[in-house]
Amino acid sequence: MTVETNKKMTEQDVRSFSASKSEPEEFTELRVKALAAAEALPLPKPDKTKIINWNFTEFPVHATESSTYSSLEELPEEVKSVVDLDQKNLYIQHNNTPAYTALSEDLKEKGVILTDIFTAIREHSELVGKYFMTEAVKAEEHKLTALHAALLNGGVFLYVPKNVVIEDPIQVVFLHDDENASLFNHVLVVADTSSKVTYVENYFSTVPEAKGLANIVSEVFAQDNAQVTYGAVDVLAKGFTTYVNRRGVAARDAQIEWALGMMNDSDTISDNTTYLIGDNSVGDTKTVVVGRGSQKQNFTTQVIHWGKNSDGQILKHGVMKDSASSIFNGIGKIEHGATKANAEQESRVLMLSPGARGDANPILLIDEDDVTAGHAASVGRVDPLQLYYLMSRGITKQEAERLVIHGFLAPVVNVLPIEGVKKQLTEVIERKVR
Amino acid sequence: MSTLVIQDLHVEIEGKEILKGVNLTINTSEIHAIMGPNGTGKSTLASAIMGHPKYEVTSGSITLDGEDVLEMEVDERARAGLFLAMQYPSEISGVTNADFMRSAMNARREEGDEISLMKFIRELDSKMDILDMDQDMAQRYLNEGFSGGEKKRNEILQLMMIKPTIAVLDEIDSGLDIDALKVVSEGINQMKGENFGCLIITHYQRLLNYITPDHVHVMMQGRVVKSGGAELAHKLEAEGYDWIKAELGIEDETVGQEA
Repeated sequence: MTVETNKKMTEQDVRSFSASKSEPEEFTELRVKALAAAEALPLPKPDKTKIINWNFTEFPVHATESSTYSSLEELPEEVKSVVDLDQKNLYIQHNNTPAYTALSEDLKEKGVILTDIFTAIREHSELVGKYFMTEAVKAEEHKLTALHAALLNGGVFLYVPKNVVIEDPIQVVFLHDDENASLFNHVLVVADTSSKVTYVENYFSTVPEAKGLANIVSEVFAQDNAQVTYGAVDVLAKGFTTYVNRRGVAARDAQIEWALGMMNDSDTISDNTTYLIGDNSVGDTKTVVVGRGSQKQNFTTQVIHWGKNSDGQILKHGVMKDSASSIFNGIGKIEHGATKANAEQESRVLMLSPGARGDANPILLIDEDDVTAGHAASVGRVDPLQLYYLMSRGITKQEAERLVIHGFLAPVVNVLPIEGVKKQLTEVIERKVR
Repeated sequence: MSTLVIQDLHVEIEGKEILKGVNLTINTSEIHAIMGPNGTGKSTLASAIMGHPKYEVTSGSITLDGEDVLEMEVDERARAGLFLAMQYPSEISGVTNADFMRSAMNARREEGDEISLMKFIRELDSKMDILDMDQDMAQRYLNEGFSGGEKKRNEILQLMMIKPTIAVLDEIDSGLDIDALKVVSEGINQMKGENFGCLIITHYQRLLNYITPDHVHVMMQGRVVKSGGAELAHKLEAEGYDWIKAELGIEDETVGQEA
């Protein structure tokens, strides 16, 4: 069934979509309330990027029906390349359709939940209700979060119970191969006390042009002493207007690490925020970006310290070519009372073409005396002395530039724990910077 | 046999002339040493041979077996057989030493004829052994966080892996303790042979205790002012440079420095 909505989504549309997913009443009401709120709420205001004329509201279809996969053999070739065939814990979404879910018996027995978001809303309503857009991202923040809540049409839920340590990464693939599809995906990762998990997701367009919207929200909760590593490689097609908001909340002694490879060909607004609520919590954010064509992007990375002795690290490396332009806002915020907190950030932008634009804005907002903080930012071209050195060993200028660029983007590539995804990111970088 | 010929070379940096007519001929199987106090143009010569972007050759020529080196890009010079062990090698984050060296070796080979990974690793391991380098250096990022001594060893490691025809070693000995100096010298000595020529730039004679040069040249004021055999280095060690200055009537041996 395909819901055609060339006009705007109405309350009735939202109610009937919610009913088609057999959602509990509270969730339907949450959607309806958010839809009404979206009307009045303003767009977010990413620093230094004007998005007032961007299309965040018009899209051809709210939900598409795509094929499911009964085995990994049926996956399209492009997707096979990022999924190891022995990957035991895997969710694949085909446009808006949950298409494949696998979780090892061992993890099931331990109480781990990995399921599409609709099943989670139906079957784990208490858990989902506790975390869904309550603490990390709120529906009423602005127009886009409200629209997200109202129109949510995909996503995944991962729950790791207390003391469960998952060694193998959990992999999620969002395959986009219908140019009319829009992605209002919600990812909810909850790591209970003293648990540990690595989650890796892939946004993957296999069509060259998109006509829809991507309004994506991820919420990550690391309870006391839990560790979450969140890897992402986004490769969404040109034509999307992409809003992606990934946020984490780290409790006492908890740790959230982000490794984000943002390789979209679409105009993109990205918000990546980590709330270090608990004492001794750690937030480590690594983001790499390649912009090309006439792409406009804004990447705001924030770490907000509430916990004493909390440690926040932001690393952002961007490569800009053609007439692409990107704003990199890095914000380290230390609230009053977060003594001994440490906020560090590094933003670097490499410009490969004279028409490219890049802007690195490191911001430290500190409301406490007894803290340490630092930032480094640079915008420039490939260092001619580095090229000279590499070329002096016989390496061609083109290959030397390639090495320097890959090296520059290596911080994220190297920490992705799934070989296929690592390889994919390397290949996307290769393709985009060429 | 290969020959590098430098004739009447004039080089400027930022509009200031540093080399004022250098003449030098280096054949394979020969070891040359250029000595001289600081600021006399030695490193400028090294950089000009390799094609450093900041150095501009204003007149004169450099040829390798008759081919015009100055017409070549830096990478072409390297593939033609030149090598420069740099005084201040760049640090390149995210690129492992091993990947870098394999790229350098493959740059000299045809596509489809790349060096096999096994063969490369065997060769790298054996050279690292000779240079007394930790195996983990191969997987570290190129020169990033390397100590001064580690960088020098890494330059010689590249020399041994790439096996150039003519190598220029720019102050490869500075900052090395005596043990490291011996190790580095051992590496260079292993390269000696009829297919390898070398120009060693140094201002200390002690390196030449371990590598015996066939020819020793002294640079002052941007020129080679005196040439001789190994005995010249010994005399410089014993007597310093003043006698040469007196002999040639030079008061200030430096060039292009602010007074």
